[in-house]
Amino acid sequence: MYKWVIIGVLALALTGTAFWGYNERQEKNDIKIQAENNYQRSFHELTYRIDTLHDKIGATLAMNSRDSLSPQLAEIWRLSSEAHTDVGQLPLALLPFEKTEKFLTNIGDFTYKTAVRDLDKEPLSDEEMQRLEKLHDNAGQIKDELRNVQNTVLGDNLHWTDVELALSDDEPDHSDNTIISSFQTVEDTSGGFSDEKEFNSGALPASNEEHKFEGVTGKRINQKQAKTVAAKAFDLNTISGIEGGKSGKGSDVPLYSLSYQKDGESGYADISQKGGHVLTLMMQREREEPKLGLHDAQQKAQDFLEEQKLTEMEMVQSSQYDSVGIFFFVPVQNDVRIYADIVQVKVALDNGDILGYNARDYFMNHHDRNLQKPKLTEKQATEKLNQNVKVQETHLALIENDTHEETLVYEIMGTRNDDDTYRIYVNADTGKEEEIEKQTTTEARFLQST
Amino acid sequence: MESKKFRLCKLFCAGLILIGAILSAPVQTSAFSEQVIQHGATGDDVVELQARLQYAGYYNKTIDGVFGWSTYWALRNFQYEFGMEIDGVAGQQAKDKLASITKFDKAFVMRQIQEGNTFTYYGGTPQENQVKKRGNGGGGGSNNAKAPNTSAVNVPNGYSQNDIKLMANAVHGEARGEPYVGQVAVAAVILNRVEDASFPNTISGVIFEPRAFTAVADGQIWLTPDETAEQAVLDAINGWDPSGGAIYYFNPNTATSPWIWGRPQIKTIGEHIFCM
Repeated sequence: MYKWVIIGVLALALTGTAFWGYNERQEKNDIKIQAENNYQRSFHELTYRIDTLHDKIGATLAMNSRDSLSPQLAEIWRLSSEAHTDVGQLPLALLPFEKTEKFLTNIGDFTYKTAVRDLDKEPLSDEEMQRLEKLHDNAGQIKDELRNVQNTVLGDNLHWTDVELALSDDEPDHSDNTIISSFQTVEDTSGGFSDEKEFNSGALPASNEEHKFEGVTGKRINQKQAKTVAAKAFDLNTISGIEGGKSGKGSDVPLYSLSYQKDGESGYADISQKGGHVLTLMMQREREEPKLGLHDAQQKAQDFLEEQKLTEMEMVQSSQYDSVGIFFFVPVQNDVRIYADIVQVKVALDNGDILGYNARDYFMNHHDRNLQKPKLTEKQATEKLNQNVKVQETHLALIENDTHEETLVYEIMGTRNDDDTYRIYVNADTGKEEEIEKQTTTEARFLQST
Repeated sequence: MESKKFRLCKLFCAGLILIGAILSAPVQTSAFSEQVIQHGATGDDVVELQARLQYAGYYNKTIDGVFGWSTYWALRNFQYEFGMEIDGVAGQQAKDKLASITKFDKAFVMRQIQEGNTFTYYGGTPQENQVKKRGNGGGGGSNNAKAPNTSAVNVPNGYSQNDIKLMANAVHGEARGEPYVGQVAVAAVILNRVEDASFPNTISGVIFEPRAFTAVADGQIWLTPDETAEQAVLDAINGWDPSGGAIYYFNPNTATSPWIWGRPQIKTIGEHIFCM
């Protein structure tokens, strides 16, 4: 009797567990299928879009009338951007698929720039047609490879979730996974052309890549000298406790990266091996209630810049974030604000200590500039603006336009309907509106709904 | 006749004294601190500045305690009208002038901000007509913590507090045991990827790219980030990049992909190697 009760209870427990387990499994499967379907959608959309992309480029090449060229180019630009988004949704990170992605970005950049250009005044040059021709070939090759992968995926019923598993394995060799190895082939196909120089130069003007770190000048210093520089920046009396070493091969400028830690305070500095310039400084510690206003803190920041031998700097933006003030400075040459050389300084508002300094942009871009006089007067430039914009403030400035060219502009602060504030850059020679940014530097605090 | 004139004169004098007293009273009790208030400042002084500018009819946006562009233009207009130097910085002269021509009921204004009410503070209109209580039952707000003295915050241009929070989540999940610079560097890598041609073009696209970050894959991104992570993100957005322009990083103790070891390395911060 007693035995049967136990058997009964156990049998019931077993059925219960089985039922629960079955449900769990079912739920897990549902989720897995959902994930798989998302991957499948992205993948099939990618192949379809690359296919359409290829066709559209072909149509553009065959087109005779210029009128429909711009919409066509805009369409290619949209497709390349969407294809790029598709790639970003596939579990391919850590898999070398970057050449294909770069290729998509290149197509996008090229078609965007030509689509927004007035093709009546400045039609596509022979060189640009050749490039389009080449992009067409490349897109064709990628398309073929992707269609192949797609065929295998559909034919063999391959799952992207397995790719995910294969990639998370410790196994360094993934060649046994069909999708991975096929994508490798796609990548090898794109590898041949995506890195070609012509995508980055040619008709496009020189970008700042070419004058990298001209601002870093002076004699090479050794590690001990670097530590002395760091100690000064950290406001320490001694170099003991400062640790760190040289940067590796991937660094765009040879550095000493030094840090220290003491009494809940830590400091970090990047110092150029050449000339011993401080490029980055970061300090971290607990802070008390702010006692200093932004105005006084700005003076501290200015003093620090002078210590770093950065003179003729103008403060262009200040913001208080709780107990720190962050200031943006730009050099001013012949009354022109040089935005490429922007420097940031962070000041503690409890005691005025410098908590951070960032001059990477300054040293990367700073060089001797021969600034021309603007062809337009300030009045002529402001006349180019929308009638609804009320001009409040104007400065001359040097900015990088969307083709990375340094351009002399009038920087105009204006308001519309006495409401929103806009920063508008008007080319000082041609009157073209190079860029318009809406200023949203404050946001209502979200109230906690507890 | 004589006595009436005399009485009138006495009345007039008394009136003058009374008016003088009323006018001078706010000046003496002016709550502005010594601070020179400039663009980007936050706190009590900014609340008072905005309230007084609104009282005088120069400022018609929300009194939120953050000196943004609207406050800046309002102050410049005020300085222009009163023949002061137009610099958009509230120094002693501007503060004195404001204090002398306007009133400021600090208790009233602060209460509205702390209760999260929608309100204005124009001169010549009864205060009670300028307040719209915050919805859902009023008074039920969270009075447990220290109520903030501003109803807005500064954000880097184009970013919302939510964008910062999302990034802070990722940084906390990926690098919470790392030194502060290490966290800034991880945040900088996210931003570098947004700019890079081989990655998605948005912050959320980069963070949620499948298999890009382990913390996203295993759900650690949904841990509640501490304040340090948020500060690190803010520094990275404001331009700091201790990673030296890196777009990858890995922990040498756990990294298994031989491919990642082949990338040109920039530097090591904490447990992470940053590379191109």
